[in-house]
Amino acid sequence: MELSTVWFVIIAVLWTGYFVLEGFDFGVGMLLPVLGRGGDAETTEKRRRVLINTIGPVWDGNEVWVLTAGGATFAAFPHWYATMFSAFYLPLLLILVALIVRNLGFDYRGKRDDLRWRARWDKAIVVGSFLPALLWGVALTNVVRGLPIDGDKEFTGNLVTLLNPVALLGGLVTLGLFLTHGALFVALKTDGPIRGDARRIATRTGAVTAVLAVALLGILGAADGRAASWVTTVLAALALVGALAANLRGREGWAFVGTFVTIAMAVATYFLLLFPDVMPSSTAAAWSLTTANASSTPYTLKIMTWVALVFTPIVLLYQSWTYWVFRKRIGTQHIPAVASH
Amino acid sequence: MDNLDLARWQFAITTVYHFLFVPVTIGMSALVAWYHSAWVRRRREDDLRLAKFFGKLFTINFALGLVTGIVQEFQFGMNWSDYSRFVGDIFGAPLAIEALLAFFLESTFLGLWIFGWGRIPEKLHAACMWIVHVGTLLSAYFILAANSFMQNPVGYRYNPQTKRAELTDFVAVLTNKVQLVTFPHVVTAAYMVGGAMVMAVALWHLRRREVGGDAGMYRRATRLGAAVVLVAGLGVAVTGDLQGKIMTEVQPMKMAAAEALYESSDGNAPFSLLTIGSLDGSEEKFAVTVPGVLSFLATGHFDGSVQGINELKAEYAQKYGTGSPLTADATYTPNIPLSYWSFRLMIGVGVLAALIALLALWTTRGERVPRARWWHWAIMAAPLLPIFGNSFGWIFTEVGRQPWLVFGVMATKTGVSPSVSAGEVVTSMVVYTLLYGLLAVVEVKLFLTYLRAGALPFEEPATPATHDDDAPLAFAY
Ligand code: HDD
Ligand code: HEM
Ligand code: HEM
Repeated sequence: MELSTVWFVIIAVLWTGYFVLEGFDFGVGMLLPVLGRGGDAETTEKRRRVLINTIGPVWDGNEVWVLTAGGATFAAFPHWYATMFSAFYLPLLLILVALIVRNLGFDYRGKRDDLRWRARWDKAIVVGSFLPALLWGVALTNVVRGLPIDGDKEFTGNLVTLLNPVALLGGLVTLGLFLTHGALFVALKTDGPIRGDARRIATRTGAVTAVLAVALLGILGAADGRAASWVTTVLAALALVGALAANLRGREGWAFVGTFVTIAMAVATYFLLLFPDVMPSSTAAAWSLTTANASSTPYTLKIMTWVALVFTPIVLLYQSWTYWVFRKRIGTQHIPAVASH
Repeated sequence: MDNLDLARWQFAITTVYHFLFVPVTIGMSALVAWYHSAWVRRRREDDLRLAKFFGKLFTINFALGLVTGIVQEFQFGMNWSDYSRFVGDIFGAPLAIEALLAFFLESTFLGLWIFGWGRIPEKLHAACMWIVHVGTLLSAYFILAANSFMQNPVGYRYNPQTKRAELTDFVAVLTNKVQLVTFPHVVTAAYMVGGAMVMAVALWHLRRREVGGDAGMYRRATRLGAAVVLVAGLGVAVTGDLQGKIMTEVQPMKMAAAEALYESSDGNAPFSLLTIGSLDGSEEKFAVTVPGVLSFLATGHFDGSVQGINELKAEYAQKYGTGSPLTADATYTPNIPLSYWSFRLMIGVGVLAALIALLALWTTRGERVPRARWWHWAIMAAPLLPIFGNSFGWIFTEVGRQPWLVFGVMATKTGVSPSVSAGEVVTSMVVYTLLYGLLAVVEVKLFLTYLRAGALPFEEPATPATHDDDAPLAFAY
């Protein structure tokens, strides 16, 4: 296999890592007002803190997957990085602002004993989780479907080009998947009333998402499908149905594995549809960015391959260990009266 | 203002802002780790209290370092897409490696450290903060390697077919001679900031509670912080001197700009401490100078000769002016007043910080507590001075590189994104300015609240063995 193809796969893996991991903490963030509601102000506050603490030690590490995906794209496919990031200027700006306020929300929310302060950061967390969950789907769907790109590899469209119906459907699918994935994560990581509530939510969002996802992958596949992408599409659909079934039977672990696989297979479908392009041009096929014409030199790719081969397993090892250390379920009884700041 | 100016302002503002928090992270992670392992080693309650206290201040700062860094990672593609295309083959690798090696390490182990009380064995727990610190050093190394390539491009060749710079020797990029002096300079400058932070915070408490039981704890912390400032300050001066020599070799124009030296000097070039006259130094009215020092800084000899701006300008115009459109430029001269003053201010504020540290050591010896009124101001200035020293250093380094984006290879004006409109850049500029302004207020207020509260009373930490699964979490957001 060509090294540039290897790097295409590695970048797909990095996006997969990002979506399966940060996907659930986007979900948890968005569900804050829904699952974090109790009979009285005190219960509400405790439930919100339970939710945030399920992802407390891990959300930052999850986010680094996207930084690595961005850096790896820069290193392995400079033209892809340059074209994509300048084309998505305003959506990326929104994503950045969202990530900034959301991350600070997690860190700063509990640092003052003041309900107004907390309510404000709650909003930041909810909006900051919602926007990227939606916009990443819009952006990647646009990449797969192709954008107006000229002979100099420059994007020639504008914001309106990006907001087309199929891309918006793509955004709704990532939104729905992350909501479901997040709800299942909460079901897996908490006990007490939140756990049951989360399972109920997951069933509802999961059913809606399944319909949307089938429509989306159907549309994309009809335009450009190939055997392999149909296989991953079917696997994604099966995994989602499996997740919902497991959830109904109270098998939370399996349900979570189900949405995990769904997301991975959805990303795989996208990248299979793309290959060998990395950013197809809708203006002229000859102007498409491909793994061949957008990539770095074989020398750079070789170095990067070694670095990735040595260090990715190490990262996976210690990240998994973190999940093991914090494997216990938590409930409102574990929340200390005052934030530990 | 056109796209180019806007993109440059935006890069300058967002990076300087990011680098307000970076040196605090690098410096304080080491000190927090030191206190935590001191507790594990010798069981003095104060050490644990200080580890937790400074750890809290550290995390408040880290949060902003992190979010402002995300913006940086995306900015090259958003605002500087032609630059990214041109150097991506070389420049992307250290950035990707930084994320894979450093950012995962920092974020994962900081999460473990914050939430790990009672969950992981204490030695491992203390090691987590050391690992965070190693992460910050790795991060600094790789990002500075990328920056050093822009200052002194090595290990590459220009490929006329693909019209871009391509990597030929990665080891040469990682061991760039500019990098080898920049990394220790930046890291020691960050330790100055960490030390000054600990010193100032502790001294503030010492002056308020001189009679209380905690006086001893805060006195020791003041003195440790002050010692770190002084030792690191010495390191900064030594490495800065080395940098001066390398810089004169690879970017003589920057050294000339730093001194506003228009005409070449054949030897014994004076270092000007202060020049009063026209701001750009082209006309001198009154000046305090130290003979020979510039020659020494630039060449290592008091009678070394130093090239002036006018001579270099002609030289550059001849060398680069007619070749490729990538290198043609009207001036080849950076902004002289900015170079001149940022260089002086970098050194000046660093020296002031070191003086305060020295006085702090002197006035806290024995059982003494510094009482003079002006200490109030000195304490507030102490951490800010080296932080601003870092900003001035970077402003000098980056402004002095102009008009080059990659020295001698690519002019700044050719790197900007062609497909991004001025309206878009203005939008992001307004958004960042408002958001960053707001965050600064929030962060400073929070930081001061926790600073005033001081170290909490000692509590015996739970261990994994005594940990009760139904008990409230030792740490929860
Ligand atoms: C000399 C050190 C240094 C320099 C010059 C820079 N940074 Fe930085 N950066 C760090 C040292 C650092 C750090 C110490 O590793 C930080 C600071 C606070 C933190 O959270 O980690 C960090 C955080 C940080 C993060 C968040 C990491 C995370 O999620 O944990 C990103 C994405 C960047 N940086 C990217 C950049 C880019 C693209 C820069 C170039 C313009 C840059 N930084 C300059
Ligand atoms: C080590 C990583 C860094 C890299 C890769 C980097 C790269 C760049 C780039 C691409 C530009 C824009 C083009 C230009 O105007 O020259 C720039 C400008 C600038 N950077 Fe850096 N930079 C780094 C670190 C820093 C830091 C940490 C600071 C400040 C704290 C800083 C301060 C500036 C300033 C002030 C400018 C504007 C200079 C001008 O346009 O006149 N840089 N740098
Ligand atoms: C004796 C005192 C000092 C000398 C001789 C000195 C020298 C230098 C030189 C020559 C550069 C430019 C390097 C280049 O562009 O190639 C530089 C940059 C820099 N300085 Fe200093 N410096 C001193 C003190 C300080 C202090 C006190 C601080 C902060 C606390 C500091 C922080 C920085 C930073 C952050 C940079 C930019 C990064 C770099 O290029 O290394 N310096 N210094």
